[in-house]
Formats: sequence, C-alpha cells, structure tokens
Amino acid sequence: MYGFEALTFNIHGGYLEAIVRGHRGGLLTAVDYNNLCQCETLDDIKMHLSATEYGPYLQNEPSPLRTTTIVEKCTQKLVDEYKHMLTQATEPLSTFLEYITYGHMIDNIVLIVTGTLHERDVHELLEKCHPLGMFESIATLAVAQNMRELYRLVLVDTPLAPYFSECITSEDLDEMNIEIMRNTLYKAYLEDFYKFCKKLGGATSEIMCDLLSFEADRRAVNISINSIGTELTRDDRRKLFSNFGLLYPYGHEELALCEDFDQVRGVMEKYPTYNLIFAKLSYGESQMLDKAFYEEEVKRLCLAFEQQFHYAVFFAYVRLREQEIRNLMWISECVAQNQKSRIHDGIVYIF
Amino acid sequence: MAIRLGDPDVPQMDLFRSEQMCLVQLIIPAESAHETITNLGELGLLQFKDLNADKSPFQRTYANQVKRCGEMARKLRFFKDQMTKASISVAVRSAAQKDLELDELEVKLVELETELLEINSSSDKLLRSYSELVEFQLVLKKAGVFFSSARSTASAYQRELEDVSSSSRDIPMDIPLLLEQEMQTDPSKQTRLGFITGLIAKTKVAAFERILFRATRGNLFFKQALVEEPVLDPATNEKVEKLVFVVFFSGERARMKVMKICEAFGANKYPFPEEVGHQAQMIDEVSTRLAELKATIDAGSRHRDSMLSMISYQIEPWSLMVRKQKAVYHILNMLNIDVTRKCLVAEGWCPVSAKLQIQDALHQAAFDSNSQVATIFQVLHTKELPPTYFKTNKFTGAYQEIVDAYGIAKYQEANPGVFTIVTFPFLFAVMFGDWGHGICLLVAVLWLILNERKYGSQKLGDIMSMAFSGRYVILLMAIFSIYTGLIYNEFFSRSFPIFGSSAYHCSDATCSQSSRSGLIKTQSSPYWFGVDPAWHGSATELPFLNSMKMKMSILIGVAQMNLGIVLSYYNAKFFRNELNVWYQFVPQVIFLNALFGYLSLLIIVKWCTGARADLYHVMIYMFLSPTADLADNQLFWGQKYLQILLLLAALVAVPWMLLPKPLILRKRHLQKLQGRAYGILGGSDTDSVDLDHGNDGDHEEFQFGEVLVHQMIHTIEFVLGAVSNTASYLRLWALSLAHSELSSVFYDKVLLLALGYKNIAVTIVGFAVFASATIGVLLCMETLSAFLHALRLHWVEFQGKFYEGDGYKFQPFSFSSIAKEED
Repeated sequence: MYGFEALTFNIHGGYLEAIVRGHRGGLLTAVDYNNLCQCETLDDIKMHLSATEYGPYLQNEPSPLRTTTIVEKCTQKLVDEYKHMLTQATEPLSTFLEYITYGHMIDNIVLIVTGTLHERDVHELLEKCHPLGMFESIATLAVAQNMRELYRLVLVDTPLAPYFSECITSEDLDEMNIEIMRNTLYKAYLEDFYKFCKKLGGATSEIMCDLLSFEADRRAVNISINSIGTELTRDDRRKLFSNFGLLYPYGHEELALCEDFDQVRGVMEKYPTYNLIFAKLSYGESQMLDKAFYEEEVKRLCLAFEQQFHYAVFFAYVRLREQEIRNLMWISECVAQNQKSRIHDGIVYIF
Repeated sequence: MAIRLGDPDVPQMDLFRSEQMCLVQLIIPAESAHETITNLGELGLLQFKDLNADKSPFQRTYANQVKRCGEMARKLRFFKDQMTKASISVAVRSAAQKDLELDELEVKLVELETELLEINSSSDKLLRSYSELVEFQLVLKKAGVFFSSARSTASAYQRELEDVSSSSRDIPMDIPLLLEQEMQTDPSKQTRLGFITGLIAKTKVAAFERILFRATRGNLFFKQALVEEPVLDPATNEKVEKLVFVVFFSGERARMKVMKICEAFGANKYPFPEEVGHQAQMIDEVSTRLAELKATIDAGSRHRDSMLSMISYQIEPWSLMVRKQKAVYHILNMLNIDVTRKCLVAEGWCPVSAKLQIQDALHQAAFDSNSQVATIFQVLHTKELPPTYFKTNKFTGAYQEIVDAYGIAKYQEANPGVFTIVTFPFLFAVMFGDWGHGICLLVAVLWLILNERKYGSQKLGDIMSMAFSGRYVILLMAIFSIYTGLIYNEFFSRSFPIFGSSAYHCSDATCSQSSRSGLIKTQSSPYWFGVDPAWHGSATELPFLNSMKMKMSILIGVAQMNLGIVLSYYNAKFFRNELNVWYQFVPQVIFLNALFGYLSLLIIVKWCTGARADLYHVMIYMFLSPTADLADNQLFWGQKYLQILLLLAALVAVPWMLLPKPLILRKRHLQKLQGRAYGILGGSDTDSVDLDHGNDGDHEEFQFGEVLVHQMIHTIEFVLGAVSNTASYLRLWALSLAHSELSSVFYDKVLLLALGYKNIAVTIVGFAVFASATIGVLLCMETLSAFLHALRLHWVEFQGKFYEGDGYKFQPFSFSSIAKEED
C-alpha cells in the first residue's frame, strides 16, 4: 500500500534522510577491516581510525589506549549523530527515533537492577550503561526492591511504563525474575514498535515490519535455546515470544516444546529463510548461531538503504553502527590480548 | 626531458601556457633523507608521487615517527586547551630562540605534560574540597534560615496555643478534642524525625522531589531554596545552578532510601548540626578553612599560569615544527625504500625551470648531513600527463581562481585566465555601468587593498574572506564600471554634461514641447564621449539606449566567441593537431562569422551610415528567401550576393565540421593496423633513464561509431550554440537595463519624493532609505548578480569554445602551505 509519500516525504524527512545516508557513507568498509585486522597494537588501530570519521573523537586520547576507550569514543560518535538527528526530527520521525533507543533502555534497567542485586556500585554500573538508553532517573533504580517498586518509583516516568503492565509482581527481584522481566519488556516493546510502524504505513511499515519480525524471531530462538534446561515452564516460555513475525503462531508452539538445540534446529529448518542460516552451522554447534544471525541482520539492514522515502534507514543506520562498534571492540580485544588468529571469527562485514 | 610541444620560436607567455613540467627521480641516501626532504619542503617546488599507495598507513616505514608527531601534536593541543582555560593568549615569538631537535622537543613536551598534569590533579583535588566547602557553607546558611524561620513560626504557634488553652473555656468543642488527639498520638507513635540537607542541580530538582515523594509514599517534608549564583560542582568542576534542600522524613528505612536517591541524583549531602550554637561554630570553621584553601589554590594556579605563559611563548614555533616534521615523515612514507642499497627512491613532478634550484637544495642537504654520497637526480620519461602549474601572483591569482573553479587547465593548454583578467571586469562593468556606484565600489575595495596586510593576517568571516580574496578582481571591476558608467553617462542614474555641452537643444525656450516633438540637433559633431546627456529623461530615452546596448552586446559577444575559437586554433597548433585546425577551427570560424559576424558587420555599417534598414528583417529573410529583393533594407551594394555566399558557406561548414575528422581518424587507424609490424626506433637520450609507466596511449581501442557520435554531438552543440550563445550575450543589455532602471527608481521615487516634502525629517528618512537601498540592492545584490552573469559568460560562452579543463593542479610539498593551514 504505497501512498504518495515520495511527494511529501522530503518536506520533513528529506534533510535527515540525506544526513543519515551521509553517515552511512562513513561506515567502515571491508578494506578498512582488512587494514584493521593487520594492526599490531591499539595505537595502530587508533592511527587507522583517525583517517576515518572516528578521527576527531580519538585524536585527543593519550597514547596508552585501552579497548574501552576506543569503544566509548566510537559510541560517543554514534550518540552525537543520533542526538543531532533527534533534535532535527519532527513527528512522527522523532517518535520513531525514540523507539530505537527503548531496547537500550531495557538493557540498561536490567543491567542496573542485576548490578544492585550483586551489590555493585551504582556509578560503576552507570558507566557501563549504553548512552543511548539513558534516562533521567536511571540511577534511582538501585533503590527498588521488587518489581512493583521498580515500576512505581522510577519507570512510571519513562516511556517503558506501558510495557510493565504484564510483569508487575510483588516478588523480590532475583536473576530469573529479572531475565523474565527483560524478555517480557522486550516482547511488549517489539510489539509496540511493530504496531507503531504498521501505523506509519508505506515503505516504512513494509521494511520495518520485516526487520522487526526478524528481530522477534531471533529473540524467540534465543529464548528457546537459553531456557533449555531451566525451570521455565513451556507456557511461560511461550508467553515470552512476541506475537508477530514469521514464526508466529505455529513456530512458537513448536519452539515452546523444544528440549534441546537440535529440536530448535528442526523447527527452524522448516522456514526457508532460517534454513539458510542453520544450514551454515554443523550439528550441535550453537556458538556460531549469534554470528550467523548478525550476518543475516546486517544483510537485511543494508537492504533497507535500497529504498528511499522511509524511516527504516534510521533504524538500519543505528543498528549497523552498533554492529561496527561491536566489530571494533572485537578487533581491539583480539589485538590487545594477542589473539590475532581469532580476529576474523568475530567480524561481521557490513559492506 | 620534459614533454616538449609547440613551436620553439613562439615566445612563452608566463600565464598563457602552464609551466613545463618533468617527472624526476631522486635516489636519496638514507642518512640524508630527512634533511633532503626538509630542504625540498622549504623550497616547495616538487610534488611527490605516492609510491606506496598499496600500503596502509601503519605499514609504512616511518609510521612510528608519524605516530610520535601525532602524539606531540596532541600534547600541544592539550597545552593550548589549558591556555585557553587559563585565558592566556598565544604570545608572538618574541626573539629568535634556538631551534630544538625533534627528539629534544619530544622529551621536553613529555616533561611539561607530566608536570602540568600533576599540577592540575593536585589543584583539582584542592578545588574539589574547596567547592565542597563552599557548598557546605551555603547549606549552613540557607538551611539555617529554614530552621530559624520554622522555629519562630513554631514558637509563635505554641504561644497562640497556650493563649488559647489558658484564656478561654468557651471555645468550640472540637479544638480541644483535636488537641487531645494530637497529644495522644504524638508520644506513642513518635519515630525519630530525621532530615538530610544538601545541594542539587536546579534542572534535576523536579524529578528528585517526585521520586522522593514516591519512595517515601508522601511521608516527607521537602524544602528548597535557590542559590543565587551558580556554584562550582565538586565532581565536574563546572558552574551549575543549584538549590539547597532539606528533606524531613521518619524512620530508618526512609533514611536509607533517601540517601540512595540523593546519591543517584548526584545530590551532595552535608551534615547540618541541630543546635544553633554548634551551627555558628561550624560556619566559622568552614570560613577559616575556605580562606586557607583559597590561598593554597591561588598559589597553585599562579605556578601553573607562569608555566603556561612560558609555554605560550614557544607553542607557535613548536607546533609549526611538529606539523613540518609530520609532513616530512608523510613524504618519507611515500618513498620507495631500497633496503640493500640503503637509499630511498622518490619520484615527483617539478617545473623544468626549477631543476637547478632543486639540485642546489639537494647538494646543500647532502653537505649539511655529511653524507658521502650525494642524492642522484634524474629526469624520467613518461607518458603520464603532468600537473598544471601557473605561476600566479596576488593580482593574477584571483583571476586564475575563476578559471580553476570551472576546471583545471589541461597541461600546457591555452589558459583563458590571461584574457579573463580584462574581459571579466569588462563584461561585469557593461552590466554595472554607473560611475557613482563604481566609485563607491572602488572606495570599498581600496580600503581592503590598503589594509591588505592587516586583513591578510587575521581570520575573516565567510563573505568577508570571499570579498578579500577577490579584491583585485573587484578593483578592476570598479574601475571598469566607472569607465562604462561614463559611457552610459550615469551617476546614480543622473547624467551630467561633463564632456562638453549636449548636441541637442530644445526647440523653444521653455522646453515644454521637448518630450513630444523631440529636440533639435544644433551641433554638427556628436557629444564627444559616451551618451549625450540630452537623452536622459526624454521620451525616446529607453528605445535609444535599448537599441544601443543590444547591438553593443552582440558585438561584444561575437568578438569574445571569436576569441574563443581563435584560442582553439592556438591549442590545435600547439599540440600539433592539424585535424582540429582544418576540420574544426576553420569551419567554426566560417559558420560563426557567416551568420553573426555578418550581423555585426551590418550593425557597424548601420551605425556609420545612419541607415534606416531593419536588421531583424535582413537576418530573417536571409534564410527564408535569400534571393528576394532587399528593397529598403539594402545597406551596401552587392549585399544580396554576399548574403547568398555567406549562407552557402555556413551550410557547407556544418558537414565540414561533422564528417572529415572521424573519417580521417579511421583511415589513420587502419593504416596503423597494417603497419603495426614495423616500428620506428626512437633515438634514446644518454643522460636519462627510460621507465615504462604503465598504459601506453597506443593500445586504446579505436571505435569509429563512438568517435562519430562524439563529433556529431560536438557539431550540433556548436551550431545550436552559435545561436543560443549569441542570444545569451543579450544578458549584458538586460542586466544593464535592470541596473539603470532600478537606480533611477530609487532616485526618483525615494530621494526626489522625500525632498519634495521640504521637511527635514522626511528628507533624512528618505535619504536613509535611498542610501540603504543603493548599498543593499545596487551595490551588493546587483554586484553579485552581475558577477555571476559575467562568470557564466566566461565559463559557458567563452571557455566552452576551446577549454578542456581536465588537468590536475600542481600541489608541491611546501612548508609555507603547511604553516598557513590551522589544525
């Protein structure tokens, strides 16, 4: 259902689309990665990155570098770009951009709550949070003792509040609860985002729904694999799957029943798109699954740039940049720990 | 040897052809490499080629040195940052200081940085405790106010209560009951009422209060007072607007929660003593400690300032040196390294005329570095196209920029920049003809030129720097527009009989009939320079000026286009391209001049003879019915036959342009294919090394279809262009008309109207409007628009005739360009 979005899109979205496409041009290419892989020290990485768009962010760092500094500065660049776009955006793009960060907010909340559970220092935890998912009262999370308090004290002010309706219990927080909370929140978030994109219509809805379905399916598979051998019941597991995506609803029923990895594989191989991913893995191998999913995701995200006049490019850009930062982190870690032989295992090439 | 083209007997004009370049190879002994490159950088006449393009930056030989320079540059940036923080400006180098070696400088920078960092960290600590104490003092003061005011209201209430209870028994029943209730509840359920005092940033206070309220379920009392001035935050060392708050709550659990929330919000808590006496004592204590700390901090910052001001004297030469060194290492990274022979091989372009200078620099470098072997300097043969290098000065540079903005000239191609120096300001002036405005422009640009040194050294805004860099263009533009303004006889749209009296006079003394019946010519000779002032304001002013300016535009246009075609002849001659002379230049000249050259001729004849022929009619019927009788429109004998001849010539010129060139190229190609087995052995120069540089031009595929289509496009473009370009030159007339009309509107409708009221206030307002309209619209916007139109006429109509513009610029490695750029 294409409207006449091409006619009017540029009135509000044209400038930002141009910006985001410009940013996309700054993503590191396979040549860059090849050069980075040959680096001997972190200073070499800095030197190479200073010839890219990361240059201004790294140039004032004193010489003994650490991996965290590189990652922090690179993330800072993403955050600056995101903030710039957000301030320039008008409705509904600004809401769309805000939706992108909710995932990080959920992760941050979980990080802080688990951290306080293990009695870590709040400020130390705050430093580990993703800057895209920060909100004003995030540090107060440490005060809460159970879900109800968590909601009533802090989260009621955040955009995540509506997602909490399903997981307000008075139970004390423990690892399991938190993990369930994370997944319930994520499910509600994805469903909400999906609904929002559907409402936007046009190419945005078409591409975003596809990307979000993939995300939902990936989460469903990960939940199934991670919950094998835990006390999570089948019904509970079923409840954590988002109610859309390629696997919904029949695949979910089957995934809920899976008892080991090969059963999950059996379920997934019925779906042609996922068959390709699983075909790359040998039997019984689940470690490489993440990378395979990342690669598939990157492929889909890159395709989002092939169409014009839609918002999915913003989502795709932020995701690709995050993938790039993950790559840089992997490369820097490998270089720092002298594990250069494994360097190619972790990189997901973007272009 | 350079690629030598063209006739040796034609004298070289400096700007007309770019400098002759040659590719040279330097074999530099490793020990003198650095010195050599430095000397060449000082000289700035050699453009190095990157011989290691396939290597990534950190794989190159001198990557470490580049990294070291980067690190030093970072330290220098850090110093600069510190200096701006301490508001110490960069001092100009006072006296000649001894130059440090790079290694010494590096050591020195490390020392300075560690010292500075130490000072900073200690002063940070001190500053932190200082600002904590300041905050504490604020809390003591503000919270003290809360407590004392609360105490006074409480005691007042107490007194009232006592009054009420003691004095009367006839009060309503509920008050004692309530009192009783209070009495009962208070002692039994009383928990310890705790409080926390502290400071919080103003922006966070709303959320803070909300969270506190929720966390304690509303069982709290929150009081806040704004601190008037922004306070230094101890954690971040920034000035923040803050509030002093007091939170009262009950119970230990609530205390824990409140503490945690305070921590989460970055609110600094300070203990507040409850007794009044204790408070006063603490205030005293805090202020004495503050005074002590202040003295220590001042001493520390004095020390730091003195160190920074010492650095400030040297930071400029240091950072320049680091930049130079970094550039030198970048160049060294571009060289090929021969490990076994311990030497570096460099390749690069240099002007042929600079060979001696370069060799001198090389000898000097070898001498300075005590190298046993001198650098070997040799010229290479290559088929690569050399870079384009024009020696410009500050006057010609701006004009060359105008040409370069369109495209860098091909190596040794005829440079339109030479002609642009005159034609550009002239075409501008044709559109901007008003000597009043011209004088204004001249005054403004003379100001720029006289203060050249001052403006050149400082940073200017976008528009200002554009005007400044084009100051010599504007100078000529202004002078030329004074000249054309005199010809048009316009001074802020007025005309004056400066060059003698007018040739026309009114028929009667009152001049009442002049606008209807015209004027009578009284002098036999015309007004001797420019337009007769009598035309101004007459009913026929516009038709006269339009006719004159239109014809003049066509004359100028045809002349400039012919110049363009003639330049294409010089190019063809220079590059020994006979085909272009005979099958491009000649038919083009014929075509253009048969049509528009003829029109120009008619215009001139008409001007000279004063005939009443209709030139439109002549031109149109020259095509429609060339054999028809010209009747009234005949200007000279034999015109009809001439027209037929010209028409035929123009018709012949089109296929002449189109067909022969591709056919001849094809024939040559076929001949070459037949004779490929035999080659001509060229004589080899003994003193030069012949290197094969990749692709030879001969291997190119010849595709007849492509060549033909290309030639067809070229021909069609020229034929259509001849018409449309001539029409395009009419913009000269249009803009000139627009300019004079606008200025007369401003003069008549604003200035004269205002003067008509004979009221001093109206006159002032009217003059202000007139002046701002003249400056804003005529002097700024009109200048810009005339500039742009002149630019277009040069780029499209003039340069389109001959200019290839596909060369690349010569960018020598030079320290002077490094010194200019700011990091």
